[in-house]
Amino acid sequence: MVFRSEEMCLAQLFLQSGSEYDCISELGELGLVEFRDLNPSVSSFQRRFVSEIKRCEEMERILGFLLREIQKAKIAVPQEDESPLAPPPRQVLEIMEQLQRLEMELSEVAKNKDKLQRNLLELTEYTHMLKITRSFIHSRSRHEALGPQYEEFPTMETDSATGSTGMQRLGAKLGFISGLIQRVKVEAFERMLWRVCKGYTILSYTEVDESLADLDTGEINKSVVFLISFWGDQIGHKVQKICDCYHCHLYPHPENDEERADVLDSLRTRIQDLNNVLHRTDDYLRQVLQKAAESAYAWVVQVKKMKAIYHILNLCSFDVTNKCLIAEVWCPVSDLANLRGALEKGSRKGDATVPSFVNRIPSSDTPPTLLRSNKFTTGFQSIVEAYGVGDYREVSPAPYTIITFPFLFAVMFGDLGHGMIMSLFALWMVLTEKNQKKKRSSNEIWMTFFHGRYIILMMGLFSIYTGLIYNDCFSKSLNIFGSGWSVKAMFTNQQWTNKTVQTNALLTLDPNVSRVFSGPYPFGIDPIWNLAVNRLSFLNSYKMKMSVIVGVIHMSFGVVLSVFNHFVYLLFLPELLFLICLFGYLVFMILYKWLAFSAHNSSQAPSILIHFINMFVMQGKDVTPLYPGQTGLQVFLLLIAVMCVPVLLLGKPLYLYWQQRGGKGLRRRRVINISCTVLQFDFADVLMHQAIHTIEYCLGCVSNTASYLRLWALSLAHAQLSEVLWAMVMRLGFKITTKVGVVFLVPVFGLFATLTVSILLVMEGLSAFLHALRLHWVEFQNKFYHGTGVKFLPFDFSQLPSVFEQDGLL
Amino acid sequence: MPSLLFCGPKMAACGMVISIWGVIMLAMLGIFFSANSAVLIEDVPFTEDDIRADTQPPQRIYALYRQVGINCFIAAAVYVAVGAISLCQVRLNKRQEYMVT
Repeated sequence: MVFRSEEMCLAQLFLQSGSEYDCISELGELGLVEFRDLNPSVSSFQRRFVSEIKRCEEMERILGFLLREIQKAKIAVPQEDESPLAPPPRQVLEIMEQLQRLEMELSEVAKNKDKLQRNLLELTEYTHMLKITRSFIHSRSRHEALGPQYEEFPTMETDSATGSTGMQRLGAKLGFISGLIQRVKVEAFERMLWRVCKGYTILSYTEVDESLADLDTGEINKSVVFLISFWGDQIGHKVQKICDCYHCHLYPHPENDEERADVLDSLRTRIQDLNNVLHRTDDYLRQVLQKAAESAYAWVVQVKKMKAIYHILNLCSFDVTNKCLIAEVWCPVSDLANLRGALEKGSRKGDATVPSFVNRIPSSDTPPTLLRSNKFTTGFQSIVEAYGVGDYREVSPAPYTIITFPFLFAVMFGDLGHGMIMSLFALWMVLTEKNQKKKRSSNEIWMTFFHGRYIILMMGLFSIYTGLIYNDCFSKSLNIFGSGWSVKAMFTNQQWTNKTVQTNALLTLDPNVSRVFSGPYPFGIDPIWNLAVNRLSFLNSYKMKMSVIVGVIHMSFGVVLSVFNHFVYLLFLPELLFLICLFGYLVFMILYKWLAFSAHNSSQAPSILIHFINMFVMQGKDVTPLYPGQTGLQVFLLLIAVMCVPVLLLGKPLYLYWQQRGGKGLRRRRVINISCTVLQFDFADVLMHQAIHTIEYCLGCVSNTASYLRLWALSLAHAQLSEVLWAMVMRLGFKITTKVGVVFLVPVFGLFATLTVSILLVMEGLSAFLHALRLHWVEFQNKFYHGTGVKFLPFDFSQLPSVFEQDGLL
Repeated sequence: MPSLLFCGPKMAACGMVISIWGVIMLAMLGIFFSANSAVLIEDVPFTEDDIRADTQPPQRIYALYRQVGINCFIAAAVYVAVGAISLCQVRLNKRQEYMVT
C-alpha cells in the first residue's frame, strides 16, 4: 500500500505508421497508460478510422445475432481463461468473411424451417377437417335413415369455378364448402351466414380436439371444423366471400368415402415426410451453431479489442510529415521503462522500418491520481474513493483505513459469536473466490458483498477481539479466567446472612469488604457483570469514555497526517495544539480518574464533565480539585488554545503575503498548490478561505468529538438487541424441561438463528458499517484530505466492459 | 422411484449452515448447562418453590440444569440428522445440475 499517489508524467508517443496498431495492442494488454484526446473538436464521424470502427460494429452485430441463436438452442459457449490477442488487419477480413457466411447460412436455414412448419400445419388442419366432416356425413345419413327416405344422392362433381363440390338434385346444385375457422369467430360467422343466405345454407361444425398453432401469428388457439351445404351458385359465391372475410382456411371436400380415405392416406405419408425433414433441419442447425459456439468467445474478445484499438487511434493526431501518429499519454514515472519495452515489442511485430519511441514532455496540467492496490487493499481503496479520489500527490488515508475501519466497526459491533459467524462467511467467500469470479453472478447485492470480502473478513476478526473485550457472546459472558468478584466473601465476613438474602430483592456486593473483589479480570470485562442489575450504568460510563478517547486519538492522527498535505506545513501545529490542549486534556482527566480513584474513595470521585465545563467557564472554586495545581494548569492550557486561533487564522495569509513580497520560503515543497501558482495573489480571498477553515476546524473539534459517541450508542444498541433476542426467543426453548422440550427447542433455535442473521448480522452490521464509514469520511478525513482529484484510468483490455456480458449472452 | 429432491440448492445450503451452527451451539450450551454455569441462571425455568422448599439446596436447581442440558444435547443430535438430510439434498442438487449441463 502506498503513502501517496504515484508521480506521473506526460509523454508523447511517436508511432510509425505500419506498427501503430501493434504498439497500441501491446499497450492495451499491459494497461500502463491513459491516452488523452488530441482531437477534441472533431466529431466521431469525421475521425480517421471511422470505416474500421464501422466494420467492427458490423461484426459485433453479427456476433450478437449468433450468440442469441446459440442461446435459444441452449448450447453452452466455452470460455477460455487466456484471452486471445487483437487480430492483425489481415486476419480481420477472414473473421469478417466467416461471420457473414454464418449469418447467411443461419438465416436461410431459419427461413426453410419456417416454410416447412407452415406446410406441416396446413396438412394437419386438412387431416382434421377430413376426419371430422366424415363424421358429419355419416351421422347425417344415420339420422336420415330413421326419418323419411330420400333418394340416393347422385355423385358429386367438383365445380372448377367455385372450387366447391356440388351435386345435382331436384334440378338445383347442392354445394359443399368445408374448412377451419377460429373458435372465437364461429358464432359471428354463423349469424352472418344466416343473415346473408337466408336459410339456403346448412352449417354444421365441431371443435377440433387438439389446439393448433395459427399459421401467421404462431399463437395456439382452438379451431372449429365446419361444413356448409348450400343450394345454388349465387349462394355459393356469397358463402365464399364470407369465408374469405372471416379468414377461414378452406380445403376441398372429397366426393365420396374412397376418395376421402385416399386423401387421408396420402396426407399421412406427407406429414411423416415433413416431420423427418424438420428433424434433419433442426439437427443441421444445431450442428452449425455448435461449431460456431466453439470459436464465438474468441471472436467476441478479438472484435472488442480491435474496436478499442481503433478508438484509441482516433484519439491520436498525425504529425507534420503525415507519416507517424502522435499520442499523448499520462504515464507513471516508474513505468516508463515498461512503456519503452512495449513500444519496442509492438514495432517488432508490425512492419515499420523505424521503431516507435516515447518522449517525456513537461506539463502544467494536474495529472490523474494513481494508487496501486492488490486484491486485498482494493476494497479499502474503493471505500475511500467513494468519498473522493485524492488530489495528485496527496496523502492517501487508505493504508490506515485497513486497520482503523474494521476496528471502529468492531467497537460498535462487539460480539464474539456474531463476529465468528461473520468471519466464517467472509472466509468462505475468500477461499472460493476463484470459482465465484468465474461464475460472474448478475445479482448486484451479492456482487457488492463479494467485492468487500476482505473488508468483511477484517471486520469479523476485529469483532471477535472486541467481543472478547466486552465479554459478549450472543449476549452471554464467558468465564474463562474466573471472576474477580466473590459472593461467598460477603457471607464469611458476616455482611450477609440467610435472612438478608431472603428478605431483599437486590443486594450490593461491596468491594471494600475483604476478599470480595480480588482484582480486575485479566482480559476484558468481568463475567459477573452479566448477572448484575446495574450492568448498564457501569458499561455506559466505560463505553462513553472509551469512545471519546478513541475519537481524540483518531482525530489527532488525522491532523498529524495533514503535515504532508499543507502548503505551509507548520500550520498543522496550531491545529494540533488546539485539539490536544482541550480534548487531549479531557482524555488525560478520564485516564487520571480511572487510575487515581479506587474502591475505597470512589464515593468522592468527581464528575469529569463538571470539571471540564468549569475549565471553560473558569470557575473552579467550589469543587475540590482532582489533583494539586489543577486550576493553574487549566488556565494555561486554555490560554494556549485561545492563542492558537489567531495563528491559525492569520498564519497562512501572512506567510504567503511575505513570500510574495520576496521573502525566502520555508523550504519549498514540491506539492503543486493552486494558490501558489496563481501570480495574482489575492490577500482578501486567502484570508476569507482561512477564516472559514479556522471556524470550521475549531467548532468541528467539539462536534466531531461528540460525534464519536456513536461508538457507544451503537454498541449499546447491539448488546441490547442481542439480549432481547435471547430472552424472548431462545429462552422459550428451554421452558419445558422434560424430553418434550426438545420439540420446542429445535424450531426455536432455527428461528433464533434466522433472526440473528437477519437482524443482528445484516441490519446491525450494515448500520455499524455505515457509521464507521461516516466517522472516517467526515471526522477523520476533513482534518487533512481534499479528495477532489481525478482517477487514473489506463487503457486496459481487461477493464473494458463487454456489451454481450451486459446482455447476459456470454 | 420418485425423486428424493424436495428443496432447491439455496434452501439446502441454508439447511446445512443452520445445522452446523445448531450442532456446535447446542452442544456447547449442553456442556455449559451441565457444568451449572451461573451466567445461564435466567434460562433455567426454576420457580420460587425450587429455592425455598429445597431440602438440600441447590440440588433441585442442579437437577433442572442437568435436564435442560440433556435437552440441548438431544436437540444437537436432531440437528445432526437435519444436517445429514441437507447434505443429501445438496449432493442431489449438484448431480441434477451436472446432468442438465
